[in-house]
Amino acid sequence: MTRYLIRRLLSAFTVIAVVSLVTFLIFFALPSDPAVLACGKACTPDRIAAIHHSLGLDKNIFVQYADYVTGFFAGRTIGDGANAIHCAAPCLGISFHDDSNVWDTIWGRFPADLSLALGAAVVFMVVGVALGLAAAVRKGKLVDKFAVGLALFGISTPIYFSALVLQFFFVDKWQWLPAPNYTPITQDPAGWFQGLILPWAALVLGSMAYYTRLTRSTALDVMGEDYVRTARAKGLSRGKVILKHTLRSAITPIVTIFGMDFGALIGGSAIITETAFGIPGIGQLAVQSVLNVDLPVIMATSLFAATAVVLANVLVDVVYGIIDPRVRYA
Amino acid sequence: MAIELSPQSVDVNPASSFLEVRDLRVHFPTEDGLVKSVDGVSFSLEKGKTLGIVGESGSGKSVTSLSLLGLHKGSRARVSGEVWLDGEELVGMTEAQMRALRGQKVSMIFQDPLSALHPFFTVGSQIAEAYRVHHKASKKEAHERAVEMLKRVGIPQPERRAKDYPHQFSGGMRQRAMIAMSLVCDPELLIADEPTTALDVTVQAQILDLIRDLQEEFGSAVIIITHDLGVVAEISDDILVMYGGRRIEYGSVHDVLKAPEHPYTWGLLQSMPHLGGDVSQRLNPIPGSPPSLINLPSGCAFNPRCAFKDQVADGRCLSERPELLPVLDSDKHIAACHLTGDAKAEIRSASARGTK
Ligand SMILES: Nc1ncnc2c1ncn2[C@@H]1O[C@H](COP(=O)(O)OP(=O)(O)O)[C@@H](O)[C@H]1O
Ligand SMILES: [Mg+2]
Repeated sequence: MTRYLIRRLLSAFTVIAVVSLVTFLIFFALPSDPAVLACGKACTPDRIAAIHHSLGLDKNIFVQYADYVTGFFAGRTIGDGANAIHCAAPCLGISFHDDSNVWDTIWGRFPADLSLALGAAVVFMVVGVALGLAAAVRKGKLVDKFAVGLALFGISTPIYFSALVLQFFFVDKWQWLPAPNYTPITQDPAGWFQGLILPWAALVLGSMAYYTRLTRSTALDVMGEDYVRTARAKGLSRGKVILKHTLRSAITPIVTIFGMDFGALIGGSAIITETAFGIPGIGQLAVQSVLNVDLPVIMATSLFAATAVVLANVLVDVVYGIIDPRVRYA
Repeated sequence: MAIELSPQSVDVNPASSFLEVRDLRVHFPTEDGLVKSVDGVSFSLEKGKTLGIVGESGSGKSVTSLSLLGLHKGSRARVSGEVWLDGEELVGMTEAQMRALRGQKVSMIFQDPLSALHPFFTVGSQIAEAYRVHHKASKKEAHERAVEMLKRVGIPQPERRAKDYPHQFSGGMRQRAMIAMSLVCDPELLIADEPTTALDVTVQAQILDLIRDLQEEFGSAVIIITHDLGVVAEISDDILVMYGGRRIEYGSVHDVLKAPEHPYTWGLLQSMPHLGGDVSQRLNPIPGSPPSLINLPSGCAFNPRCAFKDQVADGRCLSERPELLPVLDSDKHIAACHLTGDAKAEIRSASARGTK
């Protein structure tokens, strides 16, 4: 198990390294130039060159990449002369746009990002699976039709639309909730919770359906398995047969999907929800960085997303090993 | 009281045997039509005795045995007829009533133990679970009981193997574990569905010995399902031959194997390898394939594969379904074939000369 984990972490590290290099190269293949943006209207070629120099963009790409990597592990000083800024390890650079330390920016946004992702993921996983299981058990009955209908509704409603509808009814019309916003949980737990209810709801509506459908179909498959029949033949109650013997197997493919979804959510895929409700997460930061042609932030958000997805997958493998003894020793 | 209210039980007549199955039918409505997997099967069995049910695959053996556990309840299957077990009728029972009997009074060794054991739970915990369903026992007591059962069925180092998962067991060991699980509550009726099919010959013999020993110890009634008449000859008292979801021959092993009455039974006997027999002797599988259970051939369901249908006058094998009739000189041997007794005796002795 330990050796397996080490192997997985090494390959995860490789993936992240490749992502970082590719992002770097893509940035330089882009037609937009951060210097032009920074320079404004009255721009001269001299000035552009000066900005290029101050940003380090005049060096060879691979030298720049090497600087970036070294900086991450050992820290570095960016710029020269009076403008020099020290960036301690792990250094993700200094924003071209506002000279802020990118590492600090990412971690500053992480709590909001995690709050949004974790809350939504727990709800859509638990409720989605419960609904799917209920639908499978009562196949063809009312619960099944309701669950399948809700799933269809959730899948076919875009998040930006449901976000608007939720906000209109719960905040504007009925005034049951304050306007969604992000308050750190350490500051005001109740405010944190209230401010995130609608963003969570929007995400849950959009994602739960996949869990309902997947659980329903895998649970139906598992119910046809011989070992579920064995469980009944022992005289076990219906609840035990379903919650213990059926769910235990049906959960396996769900864990995979959940790992990927959760990794992506943390990595910033909740961008529409963040934007619709003004939650300062990583997704928004990523979009902003592209608009600003802000290389260090683009790099940082890409790396962050890659790390989140890759780590979530390693975690899935670990959980798999716990769920399925047949992969444990492989 | 409940029995008097149920509509089928107008002339309820509780059985005198420990197990009595009367006119059991299990039909599955499917898109292609009504699959009559079991169509009018009856048999009885006393405690301490063994019944062998034989027939090619698809003849309705497993479906029959599942109805003795009430496992068709809650599925689309339409079950009718009566199953009397120790004075109680099972077909009309509710799922909850049936649940109390499953594993405790009736239990089953399923075909293919690899798929019948849950891959994600240890063997020991699955056996312990079966025990705890019907006994007030702590987890620890149940675990000890599971280890004891594993030991009893001949699993070496039972304490350690109880913590293994089914995939870590060999085929024979898994079958033993399955047997341990089905016996953990000392059932009075044990059904073994092809318990030895996937196993090699030595393990097969060990498993049969084990079932026999345990039966002697507990005095249970045993139904052993197989398509191997050799197994039946070795272990059973009675034999029921099924074809296309129906009985075609039924009687004591002694009678049926000494003087089989139905061409299908002859075919099964000829397709069976003789232990210690001449290795070069060719096996003769029955030509053709089992019938569709949606549209059985008219007349005798076996007629398309029968070599003797020409010996029956007027093409009755194709037009008239043979009744199950008692065989002369025998108290309960019955068979469904139009051939006359003389014709059968003639064919039997000819074939005996042929193989000598
Ligand atoms: N749930 C079901 N739905 C439809 N047909 C079924 C079902 N279960 C069994 N059958 C059919 O019943 C027939 C008899 O099956 P089975 O009892 O398993 O045969 P055997 O055990 O003798 O090999 C088969 O043709 C099978 O396809
Ligand atoms: Mg079968």
